[in-house]
Amino acid sequence: MAGLSFDNYQRNQFLTSKNSAQPKATSTGTTIVGVKFEGGVLIAADTRSTQGPIVADKNCAKLHRISPRIWCAGAGTAADTEAVTALIGSNIELHSLSTRRQPRVVTALQMLKQHLFEYQGHIGAYLIVAGVDPTGPHLMSVQAHGSTDVGYYLSLGSGSLAAMAVLESRWREGLTKDEAVSLAADAIEAGIWNDLGSGSNVDVCVMEVGKDAAYLRNYRTPNVREPKQQSYKFARGTTAVLKESIINVCDIEEQEVEIQA
Amino acid sequence: MNHDPFSWGRPSDETYGAYDTKIAQAPAFPKMNTTQPIVTGTSVISMKYNNGVIIAADNLGSYGSLLRFTNVERLIPVGNSTVVGISGDISDMQHIEDLLEEMKTENNYDNSYVDDEEALKPSYVFEYLATVMYNRRSKMNPLWNAIIVAGMEDKKPFLRYVNLLGVTYSSPTLATGFGAHLALPLMRRVVDREDDIEKTTLEVAENTILESMKILYYRDARSSRKFSMAIIDNDQGLILKKGLQVENMSWEFAKNIRGYGTQKV
Repeated sequence: MAGLSFDNYQRNQFLTSKNSAQPKATSTGTTIVGVKFEGGVLIAADTRSTQGPIVADKNCAKLHRISPRIWCAGAGTAADTEAVTALIGSNIELHSLSTRRQPRVVTALQMLKQHLFEYQGHIGAYLIVAGVDPTGPHLMSVQAHGSTDVGYYLSLGSGSLAAMAVLESRWREGLTKDEAVSLAADAIEAGIWNDLGSGSNVDVCVMEVGKDAAYLRNYRTPNVREPKQQSYKFARGTTAVLKESIINVCDIEEQEVEIQA
Repeated sequence: MNHDPFSWGRPSDETYGAYDTKIAQAPAFPKMNTTQPIVTGTSVISMKYNNGVIIAADNLGSYGSLLRFTNVERLIPVGNSTVVGISGDISDMQHIEDLLEEMKTENNYDNSYVDDEEALKPSYVFEYLATVMYNRRSKMNPLWNAIIVAGMEDKKPFLRYVNLLGVTYSSPTLATGFGAHLALPLMRRVVDREDDIEKTTLEVAENTILESMKILYYRDARSSRKFSMAIIDNDQGLILKKGLQVENMSWEFAKNIRGYGTQKV
């Protein structure tokens, strides 16, 4: 790992003193949660992507795959969560092939935090990392500055308080898979309804020990647009045909061919 | 007579003393009593139910990050049908308490029907406070608070909010400060719209409020375990419960967790 470079320190100090605004951390509109249950772990997220006050994507995918059984929910700068997840995912795949072992969640966690710390928080990725590996099910979170936490229930993003209120209210040890999915989806819904930065649908990914991960895209769609009131199709004949001419561009030869399997 | 034209029109220095030049150095801003809140109260939460309203607030006066005063009562009853919950600066809250006392006294004066028709109604208390708040902000001298007025008026639940900007709004569920982020999502699961009010019993509403106070104690770093709760019920009248404590907490959730990543011991 290369050392930290402070070459720009003097320049940055000068710039802030000259009143050019220090780039502020933006907690991008998102609600993401992770919940552990008996025999596994799951993560869930909303599907709204924002550019300031505008909804850029009404149904974006915030659940990323680091490895087949390690998935990651990302809040913060969308490009950063996408890129850092893909980078670590790629390296995890190579590492897994090199070590001839199933990748572990703590490995992904360590790689993520060491990368993010190096960039001192400028890579705005706030992630909930979860998965199953030979060591068992794991649920952890990483902040943009490189700190990590472990927990049984976690939430991140602008809707994290709304989601956490639901989690604190109903989480208990020994939840079943279905109870945990219901709790997580309700927590995301709390973010969807009560946080302006979150909205649209709920995505879920369930990682159970001994099974393939189940990516449930659009597990809940409580914001379906109402059917359009009319059909706006143009009737045939709306555009008048003034002239029709057919030109032979080439000679067509047909031939039947038998294909043996 | 002083024939020097530059002394004409001015009070004489001998009689009135030297001219005070300070007026020429007047500040750009009008007098602002509270420019920043010092001792503060955190969330106030409230919701309507089928037969009344419930409002709650903890008993803490924080001094920045110091939890300095633990016996602060932030719910103020006015008459037997209104409770005013105040968050924000405590000195401004105490001023509002004085204003409310004055209002009660004024209303009492020369008033034979003060216990019936001429009793103070929640909407009167609210309109008065809202007017005061907006006028103070317009003079750039705000009362640094967020206020919720809760009560029963003409057998219907009353719940409305006003703050240091003079902004007012109403909803079946209201909360200030952290309560708006943590408690509202929980309360809105019970009462999402007007139609849900008649389906909500006192028991359900009270449990939701108690649950919300618990979650606030978990996640608001400037909250306390002790709190007060007021229920204004159509039949039972105004009940102010003091000295309540957050119960049924779970702090065992992390007993098996070690470290923050790879640590195992």
